[in-house]
Amino acid sequence: MSQSRLYQEEHHPSPLQYTWIEFKNNHIAVAGLFCFAFFLIITIFCPLLAPFDPNMQQIGDLMIPPAWDPNGGISHVFGTDALGRDLLSRIIYGCRMTFGISLLLVMVAMLLGVGLGALAGMSKGFRSSFLNHTLDSIQAIPTLLIAIIIIAILGPGLVNSMWAIALALTPQFMHQTRDFVRHELSKEYIMAAKLDGASKAHIFAHSILPNMGEMLVVQATLALSISILDISALGFLKLGAQAPSSELGAMLLEGIEVAYIAPWTIALPGGALFMMMISINLVGDGLRSAFRNRLLH
Amino acid sequence: MANVLLRYTNLVLVTLFILSLLSFLLAYLFPGQALENLTGLRFNELTELQNSQIKYSVDDNIFIQYSHYMGELFSGNWGVSFNSGLPLYEEVGHYLPASIELSFYALLMSFFIGLPLGFLAALRHHRLTDYSLLTVSLLGYSIPVFWLALIMILVFSLQLGWLPLSGRISLIYEIPSISGFILIDILLSDFIDKKSALIDALRHLILPTISIAVVTTTMIFRITRRSVIETLNSEFILAAYARGLTPRQVLMRHGVRNALMPILPLLAMQFPTLLTNAMIVESIFSWPGIGSWLIQAIYQQDYPAIRAGMLAVSVLVVIFTMSLDLIIRLTDPRRRRAERVAI
Repeated sequence: MSQSRLYQEEHHPSPLQYTWIEFKNNHIAVAGLFCFAFFLIITIFCPLLAPFDPNMQQIGDLMIPPAWDPNGGISHVFGTDALGRDLLSRIIYGCRMTFGISLLLVMVAMLLGVGLGALAGMSKGFRSSFLNHTLDSIQAIPTLLIAIIIIAILGPGLVNSMWAIALALTPQFMHQTRDFVRHELSKEYIMAAKLDGASKAHIFAHSILPNMGEMLVVQATLALSISILDISALGFLKLGAQAPSSELGAMLLEGIEVAYIAPWTIALPGGALFMMMISINLVGDGLRSAFRNRLLH
Repeated sequence: MANVLLRYTNLVLVTLFILSLLSFLLAYLFPGQALENLTGLRFNELTELQNSQIKYSVDDNIFIQYSHYMGELFSGNWGVSFNSGLPLYEEVGHYLPASIELSFYALLMSFFIGLPLGFLAALRHHRLTDYSLLTVSLLGYSIPVFWLALIMILVFSLQLGWLPLSGRISLIYEIPSISGFILIDILLSDFIDKKSALIDALRHLILPTISIAVVTTTMIFRITRRSVIETLNSEFILAAYARGLTPRQVLMRHGVRNALMPILPLLAMQFPTLLTNAMIVESIFSWPGIGSWLIQAIYQQDYPAIRAGMLAVSVLVVIFTMSLDLIIRLTDPRRRRAERVAI
């Protein structure tokens, strides 16, 4: 490889590279990406990172304040809760639960939603209008209400609340996919594929789906933030993860009882949740504006 | 015009039909006997049950059952709650206005703060004002609503003691429920000291309203900002400048109206989110609304209440959303079909 370029070769970045260049210019979004990666690392390696067992109760160390408090100690950096459990370990495990489960749920919802949305978008006539009407009526119901109904049918619990949230997230993907498919179907490259004799399934898989990736990524970041909020909200309302579990919402609920004496037991888990949301929203916003500005080139 | 009206009526009717069917099927999906879940009567009330067996005709096929169910629904006979034994129609009628009131104030507040700030940020696009407002809005819509509510309770109620912790109005005021909206009820009541009662009710309203409004405000801010930026970049604005109008005239005559148009459907789309947040906040502040009522119903496995509450809330949302959509369709000739708004 020569060190210097002799010829003025014109280099055209691919659309994906353009997106990355645009994204890189937005420093706050990159910071959000690092934060996102940080939570991902916590989610994967949490048993290695957590200093204590999240459910181990140390009877002698009840409600120790965090390390920066004059009464705090260095062995429990974030302090302990009312049952003497190390808060840092609980938060690390809680991030794993809340974040990891949300990622899983978004993937499930995406698969379901894209499949059904494609069906609604590609079909015509009665089937299409039936699907669309059903879709609209489901979308009008608040997510939490759908979750409450499903939990009422199945009973409270983490797994049931996961089902509920996955089902509640699906309509958004369906709606987006349907609109996108509708929009693309009127374009000329689809007409070309049709004239080549491609079947409907073929058109969707080979012509529309590759173009849908960006929309799906942006939608997935939105869904991820909704899913994190919902799963912790359900935990908080005693409908999702139950008390001894270290899910962040359930931790907040446990913290309420001692909130006045030990405010860090609700400030810190909530803060972790807040950080998580900020990082996801930053990445989502950054991606959205990168996709938008990329088109200006 | 007539065509659009007809289509929307059709859409609303079909949607309501699906919702009512869903609520009917829920009685079968919930644990326990369908008849118990529909009427709210327990098996030990056997005599009533036998009466209702004739009335509800459980032995017929499911379509006839559904038509009977709809008949009872329209005559206001929604069954009774397992928990309180009160008729659900009155229960929902009592709790729903409290939720609507809270959500309405939150929405109003969000509009009054979000819209002007959105315009401000868009007019200062890519400048310090824009960036700082955008950052604040990011924080605002990242914050988990229940955490925000807890922190506000901790700070303003427990630490500073400025505002009351929970409820709708202090117990010393006895306000008869006429319309279900507390502020209107106070004005209607023949209570001696209306002013102090009003102030007390307002003090109870502040914290829940702010908790709900934070997320909605930031969403409205962001959508307004995006819409104004896109409007100001369009060609008719350039044409207006070319005709020699001042920036102020351009904004007032061409900018505002065109930018506001895409914002209106957002109101419809924000409504489910708003209600979700309201339901969570209600249960934190013990606000006697439909949200905390529904959550209590789940704890106590009160299936008739869940069924009725779900139907009432979703019908409310559907009618609200659809009528707003219809108004937009009728007033904005450019809008062919409901499109989603970019943030």
